[in-house]
Amino acid sequence: MPAPIRLRELIRTIRTARTQAEEREMIQKECAAIRSSFREEDNTYRCRNVAKLLYMHMLGYPAHFGQLECLKLIASQKFTDKRIGYLGAMLLLDERQDVHLLMTNCIKNDLNHSTQYVQGLALCTLGCMGSSEMCRDLAGEVEKLLKTSNSYLRKKAALCAVHVIRKVPELMEMFLPATKNLLNEKNHGVLHTSVVLLTEMCERSPDMLAHFRKVRQLSSSQLVPQLVRILKNLIMSGYSPEHDVSGISDPFLQVRILRLLRILGRNDDDSSEAMNDILAQVATNTETSKNVGNAILYETVLTIMDIKSESGLRVLAINILGRFLLNNDKNIRYVALTSLLKTVQTDHNAVQRHRSTIVDCLKDLDVSIKRRAMELSFALVNGNNVRGMMKELLYFLDSCEPEFKADCASGIFLAAEKYAPSKRWHIDTIMRVLTTAGSYVRDDAVPNLIQLITNSVEMHAYTVQRLYKAILGDYSQQPLVQVASWCIGEYGDLLVSGQCEEEEPIQVTEDEVLDILESVLISNMSASVTRGYALTAIMKLSTRFTCTVNRIKKVVSIYGSSIDVELQQRAVEYNALFKKYDHMRPALLERMPVMEKVTTNGPTEIVQTNGETEPAVLETKPPPSELQPASQEDDLLDLLGGTDITPVIPTAPTRKPASPGGELLDLLGDLNLTGSPVPAPAPQIAQPPFLLDGLTSPPLFNDVAAGIPSITAYNKNGLKIDFTFERSNTNPSVTVITIQASNSTELDMTDFVFQAAVPKTFQLQLLSPSSSVIPAFNSGTITQVIKVLNPQKQQLRMRIKLTYNHKGSAMQDLAEVNNFPPQSWQ
Amino acid sequence: MRFMLLFSRQGKLRLQKWYLATADKDKKKMVRELMQVVLARKPKMCSFLEWRDLKVVYKRYASLYFCCAIEGQDNELITLELIHRYVELLDKYFGSVCELDIIFNFEKAYFILDEFVMGGEIQDTSKKSVLKAIEQADLLQE
Repeated sequence: MPAPIRLRELIRTIRTARTQAEEREMIQKECAAIRSSFREEDNTYRCRNVAKLLYMHMLGYPAHFGQLECLKLIASQKFTDKRIGYLGAMLLLDERQDVHLLMTNCIKNDLNHSTQYVQGLALCTLGCMGSSEMCRDLAGEVEKLLKTSNSYLRKKAALCAVHVIRKVPELMEMFLPATKNLLNEKNHGVLHTSVVLLTEMCERSPDMLAHFRKVRQLSSSQLVPQLVRILKNLIMSGYSPEHDVSGISDPFLQVRILRLLRILGRNDDDSSEAMNDILAQVATNTETSKNVGNAILYETVLTIMDIKSESGLRVLAINILGRFLLNNDKNIRYVALTSLLKTVQTDHNAVQRHRSTIVDCLKDLDVSIKRRAMELSFALVNGNNVRGMMKELLYFLDSCEPEFKADCASGIFLAAEKYAPSKRWHIDTIMRVLTTAGSYVRDDAVPNLIQLITNSVEMHAYTVQRLYKAILGDYSQQPLVQVASWCIGEYGDLLVSGQCEEEEPIQVTEDEVLDILESVLISNMSASVTRGYALTAIMKLSTRFTCTVNRIKKVVSIYGSSIDVELQQRAVEYNALFKKYDHMRPALLERMPVMEKVTTNGPTEIVQTNGETEPAVLETKPPPSELQPASQEDDLLDLLGGTDITPVIPTAPTRKPASPGGELLDLLGDLNLTGSPVPAPAPQIAQPPFLLDGLTSPPLFNDVAAGIPSITAYNKNGLKIDFTFERSNTNPSVTVITIQASNSTELDMTDFVFQAAVPKTFQLQLLSPSSSVIPAFNSGTITQVIKVLNPQKQQLRMRIKLTYNHKGSAMQDLAEVNNFPPQSWQ
Repeated sequence: MRFMLLFSRQGKLRLQKWYLATADKDKKKMVRELMQVVLARKPKMCSFLEWRDLKVVYKRYASLYFCCAIEGQDNELITLELIHRYVELLDKYFGSVCELDIIFNFEKAYFILDEFVMGGEIQDTSKKSVLKAIEQADLLQE
């Protein structure tokens, strides 16, 4: 058999292939030759063959049949074989194949080899792709090499240890002793890898972190001062050709040290103080003309912002970022914007100073920079700069790439809502967004906008006029058309009567308005939802317009046979309104009332006002309530005979085991538990669901205004407790009661504790109260939330117990609450 | 660093070094995807981009793209320096390195990289030291 061709020969040959098919043929031929060579167990050419295989593998061809051969090469005595063998192992093997475990013994032997370059190969392979099993087996060897005086091996052992720790975190402890004098080395390789090892340990284990922050027992030096010293030497020392990069001494090491300092200084005052000076020094003395210097400054800024640095240092850091923003190098600008985005919440004022530079970045050519500039701009909008910022952002919306438009539009709406200087400005801004980026506006913006418009009562005429003009020319942008249709339907009468005050009123006839709405209905560009809006709008106009009611009737009847089911249903129902229910039509199609603002975060707000989600508030919860359940629970139990009581502590309600018999029921037995005829709920205006289109998506909790009346549950001795109710639409068995306790006497009531008990079929959860002091003269209240689960929809009853201190004496009272309105539990 | 790729303008892979165990299939997919993204970038754009949950730092040297995927807390600017240092090492070793050198001597490119970076982190910050180690190891080759 002729000798297998050399690697370079093969590469040259394959590169001459003119087509993919030709290449494949050559590869297949060579693979066959290699396979038979492997079968012959040829030691001489194994290395060459595996090398060729690795090349073909890089081209994308399968090479798994070479895996075992790599192991044989590793086991060989020749250095060339080992080199290729280990490379092959790293490229072809991974921990998914059981084969890799066969390497373990070879690596172990090579870790103890007499030649350091062989040891190096073994360490490198283990450190790059060692599996957890291998790491466990060989950690001891690595640890040994970590203590050697050979810096070539020591640096490699350190990084190998990092990999071992990442794979098997429990082994971290065993490397701890070896780290003791790692930083005493002069060799930069060892220093760099040691810092990496220490960083890994500190990041992974809070115990390690605490250990490294403290004074170490054996050596008298702490880690932070040691690092500071090394860093100082790097900065102050003269030119060192070996580690110099553009005039800076070992920037890689400087950056790693700064990163380790960040971890050590985070949330630790002492460490932060110890590194204050060096950070200031690095920040002011580093050359900024080249990327290297800026890399170090960048890391310094990250560290300053993350530790407990003094304010002067923080301002320095933000100013560095501000300078970065003006740098010609776009990479530096990108990095600056990213960092500013991270700090804008904590150091808002400092970042505000660079606002104009940030806004300029909106015009940058790079997409990533633009995106960051946009995010940062939104973060910087406040009441003072909103007009100017909006101008820039609207201009940006106009000219930016489509992928930004949705986010930008949403951001503008949010900012406008928060900081609008006037209603007119707000409406104008919305109009501008709708007309500029109308098709990119998110779907949920439409109901929000409609609510906003409804609530700006004095702007109705102006708004509808502007919207009418906007869709007159172009009705392809769906969100715009939807909002416009809704408004025209609502305020069409204002439109035709020319009542606009803000600008020149236009002359529009009823027919012209119907023309545009019908065009929307007919147009191919209109989405089904949009058509729905248009049809409803036309219908509403039947009560607002005087001359064109017949036309409206005709349109509505046509769509009674529309293919679109949604449209058809609407049309049929509207038809019915015209025919059978004409007497109800005016009432049904009345002008929308001003809507209660329901934030989309409704439910969570209820929870948050009582601090349940905030651990900090739990800590400040008045201590007495923690002690009370122990004794007072028993009292309540005695009085009420074993009800399910939830303790005041706002954790998951602990349910007492159900008491035998129905003692509570007996106590409350004189009350009428079984249904006395419940008064029919007040007839709500039967608004068919489709007329609610365009309002905010159904809130999860009904508004208080929507009609569960609140009650006064207790009113004695100057202490008044009111209950207000909310029901969950998604879970009808849950009632949320918010209690408000007020004090009309002339002295405060302190240590106030509210406890409640309900019958067994209910479940109760008490969240933590807003405070334990009710100030005098009704000048403040305590709020507390109770959640009641009532799966059997039984009539709600409650016994409450109140304890507080007043006028120097302890007060206590029990009461029953049985005036719960039916809507709160039915 | 999670991985480093070297590829040509035509999308031919010249070197791939992975520092996190990944299945072969996934590697192929990621390489294809990332090459597409990087090759689509215009010259005026910055050297950083977000890709999946990683940050990608890339730089073009003549006909070769050097591409590193780093994690959230890694420093992008110093990664650029890392790439530059690797190119300098190759340059010193091959004497004015060009793409052909890396094609025909890919195993040496790997050896040099493995002497400079291990497990995604730099082993030695001294150019001289790395080159000397490679030199000595080459002498051991039979």
